[in-house]
Amino acid sequence: MLRKILLSSIIASSLGLSGVAAAETKVGFVYVGPVGDHGWSYQHDQGRQAVERALGVKTTFVESVAEGADAERVIRKLASSGNDVIFTTSFGYMNPTIKVAKRFKKVKFEHATGYKRAANVSTYSARFYEGRAILGAIAGKMTKSNVVGYIGSFPIPEVIRGIDAFTLALRKVNPKATVKVVWVNSWFDPGKEGDAAKALIDQGVDIITQHTDSPAPLQVAEKRGVYAFGQASDMAAFAPKSQLTSIIDNWSDYYIDRVKAAMDGSWKSTDTWDGIKSGMVEMAPYGDAVPQDVRDMADKIKASIVDGSFHPFQGPIKNQKGELVVKAGEVISDKDLSGLNWYVEGVEGSIPK
Amino acid sequence: MEILIPALLTIITAATPLLFAALGELVTEKSGVLNLGIEGMMVMGAIIGFVTVHYTGSATLAILASLMAGALMSAIFAVLVLQFHASQVPTGLALTIFGIGLSALLGQSMIGIAYEGLPIISIPLLSSIPVVGELLFKHDILVFLSILMVFAVMWFLYRSRAGLILRAVGDSHDAAHAMGYSVIKIRFLAILFGGAMAGVGGAYLSLAYSPLWVEQMTAGRGWIALALVVFATWRPGRVLLGAYLFGGITILQLHAQALGIGIPSQVMSMLPYLATVVVLVIISSDQARIKLNSPASLGKAFHPSR
Repeated sequence: MLRKILLSSIIASSLGLSGVAAAETKVGFVYVGPVGDHGWSYQHDQGRQAVERALGVKTTFVESVAEGADAERVIRKLASSGNDVIFTTSFGYMNPTIKVAKRFKKVKFEHATGYKRAANVSTYSARFYEGRAILGAIAGKMTKSNVVGYIGSFPIPEVIRGIDAFTLALRKVNPKATVKVVWVNSWFDPGKEGDAAKALIDQGVDIITQHTDSPAPLQVAEKRGVYAFGQASDMAAFAPKSQLTSIIDNWSDYYIDRVKAAMDGSWKSTDTWDGIKSGMVEMAPYGDAVPQDVRDMADKIKASIVDGSFHPFQGPIKNQKGELVVKAGEVISDKDLSGLNWYVEGVEGSIPK
Repeated sequence: MEILIPALLTIITAATPLLFAALGELVTEKSGVLNLGIEGMMVMGAIIGFVTVHYTGSATLAILASLMAGALMSAIFAVLVLQFHASQVPTGLALTIFGIGLSALLGQSMIGIAYEGLPIISIPLLSSIPVVGELLFKHDILVFLSILMVFAVMWFLYRSRAGLILRAVGDSHDAAHAMGYSVIKIRFLAILFGGAMAGVGGAYLSLAYSPLWVEQMTAGRGWIALALVVFATWRPGRVLLGAYLFGGITILQLHAQALGIGIPSQVMSMLPYLATVVVLVIISSDQARIKLNSPASLGKAFHPSR
């Protein structure tokens, strides 16, 4: 913690010195992890680079910024040093972003995965659960032990939504299959993520899914000879035999659109929640282990999500007690999805409080 | 039993990096120097080891390179603290921040590259004993080395003349100086040893534990190692115990979760630190016990001219 605070305060103070005249459009980014995590922050940085390439604007980023009071200082520094658009790319930056936005009315803020907006604060997120549903269906076909492992970071709606979408799709294909969840209380700790994968494999799961950012679980899966899904980027290099596919976050198009809008004056506060259809959520190529019939099935699910004929959260949905919560034909609303805090039937264990 | 053995094996891998780093820091602290740069030295060991193994393919060379990287990092600290009398706490913190930054810079082209991990060495005959063989005699070289180092450090500190001198320097640098020992030289060597060990601990992370490079992959283990030294009240045997205990807590809570046992994982994550606080409270409640093992000159600058 201490090192993060010191690190980001040093970066923050050096940013103050480098502020230049605000003639050209400047765009700032705040990342929760290092850009080298090969996961969440890495993909946001790919988006930043795409903005630079496409629009030729000047961008700045600050990485490894702890969520909380520290973030506020970094965001304020970016705002006061002449950035016109600032992307804050983690849920925990929500309140700091809103707070800084009140003082810098002319600066446009874009906050990822949050729900608080203002005249100069937009929110955006991706419907990763659409990708999770595809993973779940593939897992349902591929598992032999009928127990699938899921490594979670923090028990927030974003992660629980992924677990539920995965489990629903899994059990639709394979009603006997269940999901074991292990929380590592970190977005990023390769050692611990790998340990969690080992613990799950030792307890009999034969497929590993993760909602943490490093490729360590895939490496463990490869070594132990079980299947796994990548996270945030294509991680096939770490598990050429094991990776079945991966969800890829693609922020580039959104970032380019929003910066362009800020440049031509058409920027408005919006709430964006896009998925596979717009390309914000992509799937990596299938691994060699995935047979043709499973590929066809996954492609069909993907197509049905795109054309709207299938929604990962359409009823009937039962909760862990087996009670029918969503009737057949109904779909959980976006509002309820954004605050989802319960497991569906088929997930083992309970959500840590 | 089926679950127990793999779980215990995982504990060993989780404990090994902590053990290396903490043993090194123990020797450094025993000489009277507090180096808070473990995290930075570890992460440098991790990246240098990974780069070396990527380009040369030799694990031995990689481990040696990590050792050198850690020692070099600590040499910077040693020069600042011993030669220029910089305050130890901020210098150590600066070393951590420096190491994290430099390793990220060096590692830019290493992201996304995989390594298959250190080869496992099975000791003939012994490793074929059921249960025990698998637990004790079938590991990579660094696991064996970490245990050997515990005994080496124990012997050095309490059975050798050099160790006695090192402890004397840590307890009262003025007295040691008056007796004609070179306080600066001894501390320099102790700091180098600490750095080398932290470097090897880092190498374990990037070569064996999760054989890949990602920025800040030490993820706070340097700080746990620091806590471990206090937890162990500056005794090498207890460092071994503590490292396996801390590693064990991490692994067991993961298993407990997968089994559906409802202990909040957040509580488990803070246990190592909580345990350290408890130990601190216990030892500071008894003055005699503190004096027994903790180096009396810990963190104090040494000015031979005075």
